[in-house]
Amino acid sequence: MIPFAGWEMPVMYSSIIDEHKAVREGCGVFDISHMGQVFVSGARAEEWLNSLLTNDVSKLANGEAHYTLLLNDEGGVIDDLILYRLEERRFLLVVNASSVDLDMAWLQDHLVEGVELLDDSSEWAGLAVQGPKSPEVFTAITEGRTLPTRNGVDDLQHEGHLLIICRTGYTGEDGFELFCPASEGARWWRRLLEEDVKPCGLGSRDSLRLEMCYPLNGSDLSPKRTPLEAGLGFFVTLDKGRFTGSEVLQKQKEEGCEERLMALKLSERGAPPRPGYEVVNEAGEALGTLTSGGLSPSLGKGIALAYLPPQKAKIGTAVSIMVRGKKIPAKVVKKPFYQK
Amino acid sequence: MTAPDNLYYTRDHEWVLVEGDLATIGITDHAQEELSDVVFVELPDLGDIEKSSPVAVVESVKAASDIYAPVSGEIVEVNTDLVADPAKVNTDPYSGGWIFKIKVSAPAQLDELMDAGAYTAMVS
Repeated sequence: MIPFAGWEMPVMYSSIIDEHKAVREGCGVFDISHMGQVFVSGARAEEWLNSLLTNDVSKLANGEAHYTLLLNDEGGVIDDLILYRLEERRFLLVVNASSVDLDMAWLQDHLVEGVELLDDSSEWAGLAVQGPKSPEVFTAITEGRTLPTRNGVDDLQHEGHLLIICRTGYTGEDGFELFCPASEGARWWRRLLEEDVKPCGLGSRDSLRLEMCYPLNGSDLSPKRTPLEAGLGFFVTLDKGRFTGSEVLQKQKEEGCEERLMALKLSERGAPPRPGYEVVNEAGEALGTLTSGGLSPSLGKGIALAYLPPQKAKIGTAVSIMVRGKKIPAKVVKKPFYQK
Repeated sequence: MTAPDNLYYTRDHEWVLVEGDLATIGITDHAQEELSDVVFVELPDLGDIEKSSPVAVVESVKAASDIYAPVSGEIVEVNTDLVADPAKVNTDPYSGGWIFKIKVSAPAQLDELMDAGAYTAMVS
């Protein structure tokens, strides 16, 4: 167990590699009760969220969710989150545990008439069920219901309490995230274990997301890095009208980024790369520092992310990662590391 | 967790098998359970070392852990099987998962190690 954003969380229940494989091949469950739930409602909710978030909220139909980012005035990332449109004028933001207070402070500061904001994080438990077998597990635990389509949201009454389901996740596998009243969390956890779903901890959550190159806020994302630098341009809609940070992003789009978050794969089996290790080019020049890194259980090799100057770290470029004073050969590769 | 009676132990969760002036060193069952999934072992260089100096690194998926020399002496052999199969540290910590051997130069240092009972009490 380790402290994580004010919570005590397990790195693993059995083995990181076994848990990782269970999600890639079968089904695993992560306790994500630490994540924050912020409800936004009101006549101006869509317009207001669209002025603060990078993705285009107007494209989101009722019962849909998408990945989006909350930026500061410099275009840096305060948080990355999933925005759910529950109703025309009612939204749910599922945010990182470590950012709930920062997000709330920012949202409060920018609040306008006609929008209501509620941090309801302590009232909700959350479970992320991930892996190719997730749809049948969902059907089994809900007495015959079927999952919504990808990114679809379903809120349903079940045995007298509300469940919010979204077909999304942080592993690259099919699956869903289930939010229920905090008092019901343990019961749903046990119900999933009855279906032979494997309990998974923070370790495999990190290795699974890293194989997909999904960034981790606080490591790969920070208030000093924009989503364009992080390679998240797909989730930024510059032509939707002004939003916080959009001028900086527009300029960056025109002029290019000085550094971009690149994917690095070790050429041989060996010591796993870790955050903080330095990346150098063949001439020995320092190019950057790893923001994430580890062994890919699916590939059997070390993988990492680092902000590097794009002209010196094109796809295919040979570089080295410094591990305890030794140069370990690696290559800049296309994202993601893992594909089915 | 197991801790065989014929071995000595350190506070850093290493075991030491003493045969004459030769000490064989690995990490304990408790240590491998805590680390889980060992994926890489950086073996020491052969040659003289001082007690308590970091000589090897055992890396699991989650973290890198330094392995310290439990006694002073000369490292005379390393377990090269771990290059291809580092998971032996998990599956066979007290035998096939040994890491290095030291020719002990100061045998009195062995008296500072714990026996199995003391080590078991420390980790429980």
